[in-house]
Amino acid sequence: MKRRPGTAKIARETLFYLAVVIVVLIALFPFYWIARTALESNAQVAAGVGGANGIIPASLSGAAFRDVFTQAQFLTPLRNSLIVALATTVVTVVVASMAGYALARLSIRGAGPILAFILLAGFFPVLAMIGPLFLMLRSIGALDSIWPLVIVYLVYTLPISTWLLKNFFQQIPADLEDAALTDGATRLQVLRTVIIPVAVPGVFTAAILSFILAWNDFAFAVSFLSSTGNFTAPLAITTFGQSGFQVYYNLIDAAVVIISIPVALLVLLAQRRIVAGLTAGSFR
Amino acid sequence: MTREVTTDSGRPAATGRPVRARARRTVPVSHARARADRRLGYALVGPVLIALLAITGYPLVYNIWNSLHFDNLSYGNLPHRFTGIRDYTAVLGSANWRSALERTVAFTAVTVAFDIVVALALALMLHRRFRGRGFLRAAVLVPWAVPTVVSAMLWKTMFDPRAGFVDYFLAAFHPAWAGLSWLGASTTRSWVAIFIADSWKNIPFVAIILLAGLQVIPGEVYEAARVDGASWWQSFRRITLPMLRPALSTALIFRTLQALLVFDVIYIMTGGGPGDSTQTLSFLSYQTFIVATDFGAGGAMSLLLVVLALVVSAIYVRALRPVTT
Repeated sequence: MKRRPGTAKIARETLFYLAVVIVVLIALFPFYWIARTALESNAQVAAGVGGANGIIPASLSGAAFRDVFTQAQFLTPLRNSLIVALATTVVTVVVASMAGYALARLSIRGAGPILAFILLAGFFPVLAMIGPLFLMLRSIGALDSIWPLVIVYLVYTLPISTWLLKNFFQQIPADLEDAALTDGATRLQVLRTVIIPVAVPGVFTAAILSFILAWNDFAFAVSFLSSTGNFTAPLAITTFGQSGFQVYYNLIDAAVVIISIPVALLVLLAQRRIVAGLTAGSFR
Repeated sequence: MTREVTTDSGRPAATGRPVRARARRTVPVSHARARADRRLGYALVGPVLIALLAITGYPLVYNIWNSLHFDNLSYGNLPHRFTGIRDYTAVLGSANWRSALERTVAFTAVTVAFDIVVALALALMLHRRFRGRGFLRAAVLVPWAVPTVVSAMLWKTMFDPRAGFVDYFLAAFHPAWAGLSWLGASTTRSWVAIFIADSWKNIPFVAIILLAGLQVIPGEVYEAARVDGASWWQSFRRITLPMLRPALSTALIFRTLQALLVFDVIYIMTGGGPGDSTQTLSFLSYQTFIVATDFGAGGAMSLLLVVLALVVSAIYVRALRPVTT
């Protein structure tokens, strides 16, 4: 090994990069195939994969992307999903910032149990909540509406956001705040003028994660929504493309491509923040 | 409190002992601030607690009540009379629920073991410094970030004999595999497809947790091991694994609970079929609540599910108690 460090090292590096390529292929090749299927015409889908219609199809067609909006009315569920995800994100960011700050900085009695409860709530089985929530929404006439989703989605977003922001506030040096407090500022003034400007990156990370988590829900939507005009995008996709014995995967996959774009963009633009955010609350 | 402050602040000026006066004055003031802080603290934490209690605590209590009463919307006008533990004995005795429990536990055991091992290898890869690491991290995160509906529909497409690439590639090995049907045709192959879709989506998250664990291991430890002539495998066994323990236990708990509660991917890919061979506990809970509108039996199932999740977490927390915190 000492005599020929070059070859051994090159071999190892090659193997490593080969493994990287395989991992990237496993992660992304299915997306290529989805895009490829979405660009097929109905006739190509009916003919199936094989022969000339292989990895790279002979011809491309944008018909499925048109049909998904005209025939399948995908715009309404997309709008519903966007409204719910944005509303959930706003509520989460406000509520979790407040709690995160209090748990990090203000000496509350029982902060430990409170944090434990918040974490535990995040693990609560979603499918165990739907029955009682269904009955409650039914009794107040709020079934089949997107607005209650904004509240129930908080169970996805609040635990991770609160933990993340608590850790974030703890990392902001206390001197900054103490100086302002000694100068006679009140807590709320300090919060507004000193803490919030410094906390923007943490809040931003919490917002990205909350948006992704709310955008992705399926279980609550399938349990509470019943008319197609109120469907969220993930729920709507499950109703697409069925026509007798033929499943039009081009239509389904066009919708899949569209719904993946916002989250894929978020990941590509904010990969570093997301990784930091996911790990912040996880085990420290 | 306020009175104390004013008398204290008034007197020292007269007696002319400024040093002590300052000391005596700050104590009550900071005391007052601590109290005000605490009050503000509760006000700020309140909304999170109220929201989470409303979404989880309320259904929990309501489920207990429902599980002890008759409540089925399909028989809307029947009274909600007390039925005792009948729902529990019915659920525990039903072959449906018991096979769903077996399937769920088996699925969880297999996926968790597989996912943790693969995620560990992936985390080591993501941790290494090399050109293109940012791209690799982003590429790996995409499957995690897309909705389950995307991962499930995507793999449903891939396992379709006519639309997907699975049979297309398998045909290259054996012509008879060209038209192999997976979902809805065979129980084993349905589970294979579900397992692949679920692992593909969830391994990245586990890998990111483990990556965070790798990042806090100081590099000097490895340096020292290398100077002592340790091989890669030795430093992995003796340094990486033990120091990764907290991250590994977090990843295990996260992943196990997720797998125990698997629902979306099953609903979308197989709908519980063929027959009821891919129904899991969460799926059965959905069926009972939303399809059969039996909130008594559903409540009992839900509580059993909560208890199962609690027992599993408790076992993990006990077995994997971190050596240091």
